[in-house]
Amino acid sequence: MNSHLLEWLIMSLFIFCVGIYGLLTRKSGVGLLISLELMINAGALNFISIHRFLYPAQVDAQVFVLFVIAIAAAEVLLALALFMLLIKKQQPVDITQLNHLKH
Amino acid sequence: MVLLPTWMILAIPLLSFIINGLFVRRFSGHLAAKIGTIAIGFNFLFSLALAYYFFQSGELSTLEWHTEWLRFQSNLIIHIGVMIDPLSAMMLVVVNTISFFVHIYSLGYMHDDEGVGRFFSYLSLFTFSMLGLVVAPNLFQMYVFWELVGVSSFLLIGFYYTKPSAVSAAKKAFIVTRFADLGFLIGILLLGYLGLSVNQGQISSVYSPLDFLFLNNPDVGLQLASSGLLTTGLLLIFIGAAGKSALFPLHIWLPDAMEGPTPVSALIHAATMVVAGVYLVARLFPLFNLAPVALEVVSWVGLFTSLFAAVIACTQDDIKRVLAFSTLSQIGYMIFALGVASDLYPLGYTASLFHLFTHAFFKALLFLGAGSIIHAVHTNDVWQMGGLKKYMPITHITFLVAVLSISGIFPFSGFFSKDEILTAALESGHMTHYLVGLFVALLTSFYMGRIYFLTFWGQSRSHENASHHPHESTWVMTLPLVLLAILALSSGWLPFANYLWFAHKHDHHSLNMTVAFSGTLAAIIGLSSAWFLYSKNNFSKVQKIQTGMGQAYQIIKAKFYFDELYLFVTHKIVFNKIAGPIAWFDKKVVDGGVDLTGEMSQTFGQKLTLIQTGQVQNYIIWFIVGFITVLTLYYNTVL
Repeated sequence: MNSHLLEWLIMSLFIFCVGIYGLLTRKSGVGLLISLELMINAGALNFISIHRFLYPAQVDAQVFVLFVIAIAAAEVLLALALFMLLIKKQQPVDITQLNHLKH
Repeated sequence: MVLLPTWMILAIPLLSFIINGLFVRRFSGHLAAKIGTIAIGFNFLFSLALAYYFFQSGELSTLEWHTEWLRFQSNLIIHIGVMIDPLSAMMLVVVNTISFFVHIYSLGYMHDDEGVGRFFSYLSLFTFSMLGLVVAPNLFQMYVFWELVGVSSFLLIGFYYTKPSAVSAAKKAFIVTRFADLGFLIGILLLGYLGLSVNQGQISSVYSPLDFLFLNNPDVGLQLASSGLLTTGLLLIFIGAAGKSALFPLHIWLPDAMEGPTPVSALIHAATMVVAGVYLVARLFPLFNLAPVALEVVSWVGLFTSLFAAVIACTQDDIKRVLAFSTLSQIGYMIFALGVASDLYPLGYTASLFHLFTHAFFKALLFLGAGSIIHAVHTNDVWQMGGLKKYMPITHITFLVAVLSISGIFPFSGFFSKDEILTAALESGHMTHYLVGLFVALLTSFYMGRIYFLTFWGQSRSHENASHHPHESTWVMTLPLVLLAILALSSGWLPFANYLWFAHKHDHHSLNMTVAFSGTLAAIIGLSSAWFLYSKNNFSKVQKIQTGMGQAYQIIKAKFYFDELYLFVTHKIVFNKIAGPIAWFDKKVVDGGVDLTGEMSQTFGQKLTLIQTGQVQNYIIWFIVGFITVLTLYYNTVL
């Protein structure tokens, strides 16, 4: 295997783990979003590095990455809209307090 | 044969019951009474016409109209329908006649009762059930109507449902007969099973194993007898018959059933329902004939019941209870007459049904007469009556006719039928039955004479105000009395043996002089000793006899403590020793087991809800752990 690919993959894994760590430890909703974004981008980086080193002739991975970016943007939009509403109602965006669905 | 729509005979009382019970009685009880009476009157005429055409035709062939009800297999089909043969035609006349007269009588007797509409609805239901039982073409339909008769009898005995004694009497009657019906049901199943195995040989493709026409077929009977289980089956069926007919030891419900209104006693507990057992045995007589052991049991049970009840009847003070025990005794007579019959000496069969026929009239007359007396003096106790002869002339004369009839004095109907029964016992060589029968005849005339003289002769012993004289009942009550008295006088002259016989037709029975003479002598001894003891207002002789008998008198008066014995057995043994532990087992083990599964799943569910914390990060942990688990499994198994 190409040694450069391995480096890129390790890099992507590292970013992914950082994302998981943030997801599990952050109390702020915005922090959570940022961690999520990291994880998504780790996945995208994975796609694009495998495309670059193993299958440079095919464009599937590029299409996938574009989709991922678009969907992540829509997702962030939705979440940020919710957070904006909460802030408008003078409530902290603290996900440990947001447990209304439990009841 | 004119084709009459025979099913109408069931449809009329059923319609009357539905219309009265659901609609009319809500706004007018008296209108319901009239509708019910007219409906039964129509039925009465209809059954007379049916019987006339049937016996007129001379062929006496069995008519059957039926339709398929349940189809289990191609050779096991249950029909529902109407079967007219000499036996059921005779019963139709009896049931409808008595029912019609009781309806007319009840118009007067129940006139001031609040529940008159309910009463007449029940009467229609009872008549429907009884007629359905009589015309049933198979054992299955008979069983259905048999239970319906039990239900309507329950409703009528418990008619005064505010009276605790009436309620408990109704329950007692229902439970005792229901208990006996268990035997009947098992017997039906057994006979049906045997019949089905016989029918595999393609004896008959038209009939199913429970049809009477199939069971009473001689070839089928022989095959059933060769199976060895016939006697058991018939004895089980006889248990059911004994329950309905109140034969010893299942007799205990009948005396208590007198708690119902008196017309009900006349209809159900004298003439119709209690003879259902006799009817059932007569229906299956071709089978009983092939099972001599079963027939022997039948005859001894009947004989013992007739003696036992006659002895008790001599000591009772309640006029209706005396009549109830008298009914027991006469039913026992009919049953033992069936028991002594066989294809060699078939007279007992005819004699038994002849006695059923005549007994229906004079016993209904006795009950209705007793009702008329009770209506006038407001008590059931014969020791508070007396001297009613001059106040109630019509009741007196008709009651006297019935007393002479049941005692077996010559021109009255009871003489002929009783004479025929005794002749049957003598000719078939059952000497014990003959002698005990004679003794029972003596006792019968004694206790009937006793209540007759105590009620109508001597001076009034009423506790009520002396200026208040009892008076004769209204014409709606005396008319049925007179009509029944005419029937009690004349029904004995009917050439009964020309219409109803078993095995072969025998000439109309000519009087056996020995039997006629000894029977009449027994009746005269009984009546005259009753006259000697009870006709004056001086009962010192009675006292002397009672004290002379000492303990024995008390035991007889307490009906041999049978009620107490049954109470002891049911309460102390069945309830405490059997039902109690079963109830415990049911509550603790069965119910407990069901509760345990419920509680377990509830607790488990409650514990499971703890997983749902509402914290997103908890869910993320679960998700990641789950994802890694699945991935590991996938890696280890597939790759």
